[in-house]
Amino acid sequence: MKGSDVAVSSVSKSFGAFAALKDVSLEIQKGEFFSLLGPSGCGKTTLLRVIAGFEDPDAGSVKIDGAEVTGLSPDKRHCNTVFQSYALFPHLTVFENVAFPLRIKKTPARLVKELVFKHLSLVQLEAHANKKPSQLSGGQKQRVAIARALINEPSVLLLDEPLSALDAKLRQHMLMELDAIHDKVGITFIYVTHDQQEALSVSDRIAVMNAGLVLQVGSPQQIYENPASEFVARFIGETNIFQGPVLSRHGTLTTLEAEGCGTILVDDETIANVGDRITATIRPEKIRISNEIPAADNINIVRGIVEEPVYSGFQTKYIVRTEGGARLTIFRQHAAWSEGIPDIEWKDKVYLSFSARDLVIVERDKG
Amino acid sequence: MKKNYGTAYAAPQALWLTVFFAAPLLIIIAYSFLKKGLYGGVELEFSLRAYTDMANPTLLRVALKTLWVSLAATVATILIALPCGYSVARSQNQAIRLFLVIVPFWTNFLVRIYAWIAILGNEGFLNQALRFLGFRPEGYQFLYNQGAVILVLVYMYLPYAILPLFSTIDKFDFTLLEAARDLGASRMQSYIKVMLPNIRGGVVTAVLFTFIPIFGAYAVPLLIGGKDSYMLGNVIADQVTKTRNWPLAAAISMTVTLITAIAVFLFALKKPKEHLEVADVDPASIGHDLLVSKVRVKTMHKKGGER
Repeated sequence: MKGSDVAVSSVSKSFGAFAALKDVSLEIQKGEFFSLLGPSGCGKTTLLRVIAGFEDPDAGSVKIDGAEVTGLSPDKRHCNTVFQSYALFPHLTVFENVAFPLRIKKTPARLVKELVFKHLSLVQLEAHANKKPSQLSGGQKQRVAIARALINEPSVLLLDEPLSALDAKLRQHMLMELDAIHDKVGITFIYVTHDQQEALSVSDRIAVMNAGLVLQVGSPQQIYENPASEFVARFIGETNIFQGPVLSRHGTLTTLEAEGCGTILVDDETIANVGDRITATIRPEKIRISNEIPAADNINIVRGIVEEPVYSGFQTKYIVRTEGGARLTIFRQHAAWSEGIPDIEWKDKVYLSFSARDLVIVERDKG
Repeated sequence: MKKNYGTAYAAPQALWLTVFFAAPLLIIIAYSFLKKGLYGGVELEFSLRAYTDMANPTLLRVALKTLWVSLAATVATILIALPCGYSVARSQNQAIRLFLVIVPFWTNFLVRIYAWIAILGNEGFLNQALRFLGFRPEGYQFLYNQGAVILVLVYMYLPYAILPLFSTIDKFDFTLLEAARDLGASRMQSYIKVMLPNIRGGVVTAVLFTFIPIFGAYAVPLLIGGKDSYMLGNVIADQVTKTRNWPLAAAISMTVTLITAIAVFLFALKKPKEHLEVADVDPASIGHDLLVSKVRVKTMHKKGGER
């Protein structure tokens, strides 16, 4: 692996009275595509700027490949940044923008040309070498910014919401291209985004942040299937929340009296005692919806009325109001084999069924 | 068809400039080609004498000195104005700092020159303070030399340089500096290689706003300078009031005006090219008028709200 590992330990940073980072620690491995995900103001960009060297932390340290870099200026660190606004130099051509780091290092002209075109071809922009940034489209500017950040052959590439200025279609395309570039250059990518879809689709691991804290670090699957808190569950994708006191417990099986849904059986490792107030969550696609009582044993069944079916081609999203008054969201995929199932329409009485094992306990307050 | 009121709107300025700028200029041009009157004024007879008279070593020496004083004062002004403009643009309370830059304009030009005499004079504040601190009791001669002239000129024209620099630096995207640092540039390299080229327009304006008036300075060298501090402005004034050679005064004025006009023209010629590049349109595919209007819109957009 050509990339470096990055260790952030106990970093805090405040701007006046606002604490942007509160004792944040992270271990990012060599060559990883690591995402910092969170809502705006959660501290993800500040953390990136601390790693890049634009901000000095109030406390804590940053190490790259085990070497302390805290306090080093950005030009002394072996990492480069792709800025949200691209930050291309408007007075220079595409070629000179990409060549900028080499000119600073006084690289011989022949080598400059070779390296610049090598990196321009990586982002498919050889044909635009002589244009000024103002003559490029958003996607092209983005590519120039990436080529420019890679030309110094950094061991860590920092990307600060690089796709946020692009339209949805282009964003998808650029994301796949970024993933391909990551595979090709093999260095560590630290990617800041507030878009959970982006983070889930390309990351090796994700750190979910909120209010200056890292809430959970894990693979996309871990984050999505096993959220560590209600915030993470709600922030990543859509979810259903059950809250209430624990009625009984046998091994990993917990029964809770969920508000608006009756008794719900949860099969989760998290230890909850009788009387504790817990929050459990289940993803909408893990709930089955039907007109008739499902036959299977050992599943939760909740009755309700379809309040809103939202058809979106590949799936339909149902919002169902339970008899107890709670609202649950269900996704039903339109796979070929589901055609035999009768259509479920607005105001239909339906049965929602889901396995105890698909539920996850995310919060637990001692009763 | 939409009525074009452009001409009507421009009429007052056109009239003003004709009466108070073009007409006097034409009179001066005419005087420079006439014969000098015995006690001032001119006689209505064509003569090139004024221009041939200009080729004398004394005048040439003053011209060269004027040039070097103007260059030195302009360079010093710009070097001081750059950090000033930067600090105003980056300040949390821009309005207060801008106000402080503009405040000297509320006092008359001559009053401010006399204020400097009160500071630098033999019995001035500076000498009194130095005497109080135990330096030479007879004081120092700060006034009536080249250094004092340059000092006061820099002071006088500093706001004219700070304001255009401030307005371009204010529009400068400071993440570009971070990008430069990130890509390996030192702090100084990031200013010189990234910031300076992007605020070039402001620097050019600041140079023009300081160099041109300093080149024609009259009151400052007269009141602050000594015998050897005479600049072209003083020579012209003397030709009018003392030597009473009006055609020569007119000829020197014309030459100075012509040289500065050419300089401004060359600067102005270099600028629009940059704006044209902004427009990403194929001139062949659309009418020329549309291209021009598009360029203008883009230029305005660039000046207005990029940030």
